[in-house]
Amino acid sequence: MYLNQFLIFSAILFCIGVYGVLVRKNGVLVLMSIELILNAVNINLVAFGTFHGQAAGQVFALFVIAVAAAEVGVGLAIVLLIYRNRRSIDVSEADLLKG
Amino acid sequence: MIEQLLQVQTDSPEVAWSLIAPLVTLALGGILLITISSLIPSLKDNWFPAAFTAGTAAAAMVFVVDIWDRVSSTGPEFVVANSMSVDQYTVFVTGVICISVFLVSLLFHGYLQREGFSGPEWYVLILMSASGGVLLASAEDLIVTFIGLEILSIAVYVLASLHLRRGESQEAGFKYFLLGALSSALFLYGIALTYGATGSTRLTGISQSGLNERGLSPAVDSSMILVAMALLMVGFAFKVSAVPFHLWTPDVYEGSPSPVVAFMASAVKVAGFAGMLRVFFVGFGPYVEDWRPLLQGLAIASLVVGSLLAIAQSNVKRMLAYSSITHAGFILIGIYAAADPESRSNGGVLGAEAFLFYLLAYTIMVAGTFGVITLIGRRDDGRHSLDDYRGLFKSNPVLAVLMSALLFAQAGIPFTSGFLAKFRVIAAAAQSEAYVLAGVAMLASVVAAVLYLRIVVSMFLVDSPAEADEPDALPSGLSAFPLAGVTAVAIAVVATIALGVLPFGQEILTDAAEAMSAMR
Amino acid sequence: MSAFLRDYLIVILFALLACGVVGGFIGLGAIFRPNRPTAGKVQNYESGVDPVGDGWSQSQIRYYIFALLFVMFDVEAVFIFPWATQLETFGYFGLVEMVIFIFILALGLVYAWRKGVLRWV
Repeated sequence: MYLNQFLIFSAILFCIGVYGVLVRKNGVLVLMSIELILNAVNINLVAFGTFHGQAAGQVFALFVIAVAAAEVGVGLAIVLLIYRNRRSIDVSEADLLKG
Repeated sequence: MIEQLLQVQTDSPEVAWSLIAPLVTLALGGILLITISSLIPSLKDNWFPAAFTAGTAAAAMVFVVDIWDRVSSTGPEFVVANSMSVDQYTVFVTGVICISVFLVSLLFHGYLQREGFSGPEWYVLILMSASGGVLLASAEDLIVTFIGLEILSIAVYVLASLHLRRGESQEAGFKYFLLGALSSALFLYGIALTYGATGSTRLTGISQSGLNERGLSPAVDSSMILVAMALLMVGFAFKVSAVPFHLWTPDVYEGSPSPVVAFMASAVKVAGFAGMLRVFFVGFGPYVEDWRPLLQGLAIASLVVGSLLAIAQSNVKRMLAYSSITHAGFILIGIYAAADPESRSNGGVLGAEAFLFYLLAYTIMVAGTFGVITLIGRRDDGRHSLDDYRGLFKSNPVLAVLMSALLFAQAGIPFTSGFLAKFRVIAAAAQSEAYVLAGVAMLASVVAAVLYLRIVVSMFLVDSPAEADEPDALPSGLSAFPLAGVTAVAIAVVATIALGVLPFGQEILTDAAEAMSAMR
Repeated sequence: MSAFLRDYLIVILFALLACGVVGGFIGLGAIFRPNRPTAGKVQNYESGVDPVGDGWSQSQIRYYIFALLFVMFDVEAVFIFPWATQLETFGYFGLVEMVIFIFILALGLVYAWRKGVLRWV
């Protein structure tokens, strides 16, 4: 078993995801970047689960998938509400709240 | 063959329903409420959802008292395939969350009527979120911790953006969602690394994995578990808005509907702290020397930044957001003292007591404070600048006095629960020889007092800039305000003063604190 | 080289071969065929109908709710597959648990139905 390849791959995905969250302006693309991080975690979990010879890692990955779907559902709904109010989903234009 | 089948059927998992009754009550209450009110639409617009929610919280509270007695005699019990632990600590935190749900559900009724919203969704989300909080506080397995954290958070993301007419509300919800989703993704990465390093997601398995030296055990490769602990700490620090993970707090508190903020500042924070404490005490107990300095850093940063930035604000909700950051600093000091590896018998228990008392006192006073803000806000949840609070004493003396009592409690004036809470925390810090922390905490409470005094002084200023014939002006007299909301605020004030004056409940605190110290 | 990587070597060879065959034939065609582009030829192919609008046109918002509901219930099915493989291990306990799980999901559907989002407007 080659654990390192999976860990490096997942670390790369994780970094791309974090970069996307920090840099992207489009709300939907930010959501996709967060999905990318969660999938990096899934790869980690499954790789570690196989490495330890347990099912726990894969079970955890299933829960992460379900929670990620719920999270994205809520996120898209909020993006949609913002779009209805302001006709834009640009994150940097959300500046009603300042202090 | 048949014998084999019977054999298999007998070892299906046992579920001790009576021990997880508060959790089941809250979750089932939410499901029932949304089903009943979607099948019978006429129930949606009246007092039914609020009464149902308050009743559910009260029923959960009854179970809490019952389980407390049971757990006191048997010691900690592990339920649902050992993935949850029910001890006095869990039960105490569950009780605090139920109190928060009760007060907030009373606040919601008048708020929704004023804003012209109907529907049980607000209440259902509160109940669901609270059940996630209870799950988080009792989780003995990182899978359950994660699910609890997500149930707790996702419901609140929706609640924050549920005021459909206010752009600010959606923006607050979006900001909270983005940063919350990022932080829970980081938290999850930490869980994955923990699992990889230790080969277990169970907290007791994680703490014992240092003993075996097979493969990638943390004894061989500790850098992975250090990164994992840092990532887990980031996730929790975000939930409890500790500096430097506080940036969302002022914006979200300002934009979200006021009663939602009352819930966010009380139950969500309490659950976050409870989960943080359980994960780090049970799971990472052997690494206490590694994560304890992190707590110290977070606490000092929260105290300094929270108390200093609060002064520059002009919006009352933003002011209280910064004050809640300062409170988070105090609670972190409580955890820091409770984690003292040297004085496990004395300073540790003292710190644990301080932590638990602070959670209780803080929940009640912050729910009450945001309760008054809910009542005072006008349609579309506006009018929360400091100027809008000028002359409140003239138009509504009772409300102004109640608000002053709650603000004095937050400032830590004697004869309120806030004073005792801060005193206990600082005493525990001194006991475990963290003199720097104790000193910073005292200075921060002095600086933060200026903030509360600013609000109080402006309420008692006579010259009210608002004209009497302004359509938006605040009605005078208590009867103009919704009865349930006023009741919630009154309960909060009475409890705040009672906790500060009467020394009852000490043995409850001691029991829960000892259960907490026994976790390590 | 280990057996693990050797398995992937076959995959890589196969992928190279596939790219080579496709690229080779297209390249051969490009050499021999006449090249006279007209406006009609460079249009996007849309089942023989003249294309309308550009590729970034926005789809109707009412699809969103259905997509969301679908994703939610679809993902919950992820818990049913592992359960199905172990159905006999847990016997009636597992059956009852799954019935409760699906019942709670169905309550969500009842909410969506009463809220009126299942109607096509």
